[in-house]
Amino acid sequence: MGKRLVIDPITRIEGHLRIEVEVTNGKVSNAWSSSTLFRGIEMMLKGRDPRDAYLFTQRACGVCTYVHGLASVRAVDSAAGIEIPDNARLIRNLLLGAQFLHDHMVHFYHLHALDWVDIISAMKASPQKTAELAAKVSPAPRSGVSDFKMVLARLKKFVDSGQLGIFANGYWGHPAYKLPSEVNLLAVSHYLEALRQQARTARMHAIFGGKNPHIQSLVVGGVTCATDLTPDRIAEFQYLWKETMDFVNRVYIPDVVAIAGFYKDWAKIGGTTNFLVYGDFPDSNKEPESFLFPRGAIFKRNLGKVEAVDTGQIEEHVKHSWYEGDKALHPSKGETKPRYENLDVAGRYSWMKAPRYKAEPMEVGPLARVLVAYGKGHAPTRKAVDDLLKQLAVPQEALFSTLGRTAARALETRIIGEAMEGWINSLVENVKKGDTKIYTDYEMPREAMGAGLNDVPRGSLGHWIEIKDGKIENFQLVVPSTWNLGPRCAKDKMSPVEEALVGTPVADPKRPVEILRTVHSFDPCIACGVHVIDPKTNEVYKFKVV
Amino acid sequence: MQNEKDFERRLEQKGVSRRDFMKFCTLLSATMGLSSSFVPRIAEAIASAQRPPVVWLAFAECTGCAESVLRTTYPWIDELLLDIISMDYHETIMAPSGEAAEKSLHDTVTKYQGKFICVVDGAIPTADNGVYGMAGGKTFLEIAKEVCPKALATICIGTCSSYGGLPAAAPNPTGAKSVKDAIGINTVNIPGCPPNPINFVGTVVNYLLFGKLPDLDGKGRPLFAYGKTIHDQCQRRSHFEQGEFVTSFESDEAKRGYCLYQVGCKGPETYNNCPTVKFNQGTSWPVQAGHPCIGCSEPDFWDRFSPFYKEL
Repeated sequence: MGKRLVIDPITRIEGHLRIEVEVTNGKVSNAWSSSTLFRGIEMMLKGRDPRDAYLFTQRACGVCTYVHGLASVRAVDSAAGIEIPDNARLIRNLLLGAQFLHDHMVHFYHLHALDWVDIISAMKASPQKTAELAAKVSPAPRSGVSDFKMVLARLKKFVDSGQLGIFANGYWGHPAYKLPSEVNLLAVSHYLEALRQQARTARMHAIFGGKNPHIQSLVVGGVTCATDLTPDRIAEFQYLWKETMDFVNRVYIPDVVAIAGFYKDWAKIGGTTNFLVYGDFPDSNKEPESFLFPRGAIFKRNLGKVEAVDTGQIEEHVKHSWYEGDKALHPSKGETKPRYENLDVAGRYSWMKAPRYKAEPMEVGPLARVLVAYGKGHAPTRKAVDDLLKQLAVPQEALFSTLGRTAARALETRIIGEAMEGWINSLVENVKKGDTKIYTDYEMPREAMGAGLNDVPRGSLGHWIEIKDGKIENFQLVVPSTWNLGPRCAKDKMSPVEEALVGTPVADPKRPVEILRTVHSFDPCIACGVHVIDPKTNEVYKFKVV
Repeated sequence: MQNEKDFERRLEQKGVSRRDFMKFCTLLSATMGLSSSFVPRIAEAIASAQRPPVVWLAFAECTGCAESVLRTTYPWIDELLLDIISMDYHETIMAPSGEAAEKSLHDTVTKYQGKFICVVDGAIPTADNGVYGMAGGKTFLEIAKEVCPKALATICIGTCSSYGGLPAAAPNPTGAKSVKDAIGINTVNIPGCPPNPINFVGTVVNYLLFGKLPDLDGKGRPLFAYGKTIHDQCQRRSHFEQGEFVTSFESDEAKRGYCLYQVGCKGPETYNNCPTVKFNQGTSWPVQAGHPCIGCSEPDFWDRFSPFYKEL
């Protein structure tokens, strides 16, 4: 029997997460993931106008802003049988692409980097040597000796003030930090630079979406930004896209590769087994055939066999979640009865449910997308992955790890960013031809079912709607972080993060930085993960396929 | 004179160019409706030696308000965090987790009792003794009761902490309440879903400059930001006066940028400065993007103003 360790709150994530692990002989031998906030958004939607759903669901999360809004309008579009105009598809793709660029950059620098980068060690760096190192890593601006001198001086002032703010009580000096001081200084410089870049990157959302976070230009039937389809607005978007891609190519990806080189042992830690992708970024109204990221499922790490996805095989389990129910009901008729007693990892321990596909836990997100695209022979993905494996001199097996997950996120950022150029060009061509249609009129059906299946920064996201008397009868979200960070299922199978944590080394239980590495590699987003559909104690529950 | 030199030296030490800094202060003073003579005083207040300690508590929220503050550009977020305030507790961006994170909270609340600023995003679930929201094994209700009364002031960022917001939308499954209603203290409210970061920064600066919080309206909102309706400041107002309305998002009227009143705009009943300040470095705001205002800075807007696409 090992020693129990609780980390609550897990910080540098979205939302409220508690992780409990058992440590035996310096390694995690068991793990439990608990979500500790419940809001009940689905309960609020019942009886409302289907057109309003996106405004509510977008507030599921302000970090992965936009994506729930998109999923909801797609679900209602599908229920009403609407085919949106080409420009609306392009603008929705561009907004989703911008979300990926922004989200992944912020995740790496501001939510994940401090697990690998020791900010105090950076203060011992030589600016001269850091500049030399930076020149080897990548040709990037603000990498001269004087630039690093300025960052160092700023850090020193900050530390000397005695007010360490967000950096106080960090795990600085922990033996798991392996980077030389110069690499730490380079990374800290880019941490600060990324704080500004992300604010500029977010402006892409404001151009076609009015603001960020929580854009406000989506509607069922298309988008509303009619007066922004002008040359100056498109050019402004293009400029911001270019500036962001420059950062991705010259700073973000080279940093990930440089840092990974010092942490190759993490290519053997933190892997999972099965992967699921709904796919996204339609190139036409043919879905999922025209998706940039293909739909597919991988079992037992078998990249040679990517299976088709049957959404009828998705189930949500509540054996280990804080819900109760009287009788087994279909979700469209379900009652919602949250019931909290106490947190007991042997019993119920999370507000999240446990989604399973074909009864198996599935990892979703960047690694799943990259693996499915790789398995299906997607050329840009194969090249990006093979190049990286070669550069780091690690085998393909290394992808199934904490490091693999973090690297996959960086690789797909570039792939999506490059695809955005095509969508910008298509938008320009359409406008040039005089096609400025961004909305399709429709009649809201009295009764209908619809689904919006998406792949968003943290993974596969599904919204399901049932409309009755023109109002929302039932609305369901099954979101990426529920897949990745939910509790055990009816068969007591661990969720992906629980599985990934087993085997993680813990040098000092008081300062569990290694656990944060694996947890953060999933980019947890907990507020969206917690939702309610028809909770049934110890019941396995199936979605109706629509 | 000596003061001015000291100030410039301190500014320089903080790695901020005087020019950039004055630009920021000018923008802020405009937002706050102050005359230009206040600009140097704002700069002075911000550049003061001890950074005010801030504790940010996240309750039943979506983190959109924290993300919004990350988008501040005058000052940039790195300047806010490193040079202007001391963000001692903020779960989204702080380095430590678990016990070490709790230590950060405890240290500031103890050391700066009555002197730190408490910022809250998210509503407080109160049903069933608050079990619907917990952090570090305590309910949000317990944490708020413990921390907020010890603060110099509690600033509610976003509509959820200000008025209950999304979690309190009918049927309010968790008994979510505003901070004021949940624990019975007065708060400064910066509503919006999420609010413009400039209104949050402006409020902090107001405190640094005057040593007091800004003048508020009856709903706890700073008048400098929430003193006028969206409708009264809207670029599309002349179309309203001319009777030129968008009736469908597909129409030529939509392409011409006509008034969105008939497709549900809540601008006439919503107090905020979105049309003048705009979002993300002044890039746009919802009505400019062709979408009706949903009234997100008003109490109970999720229920009071929905269905959102219906004329007021």
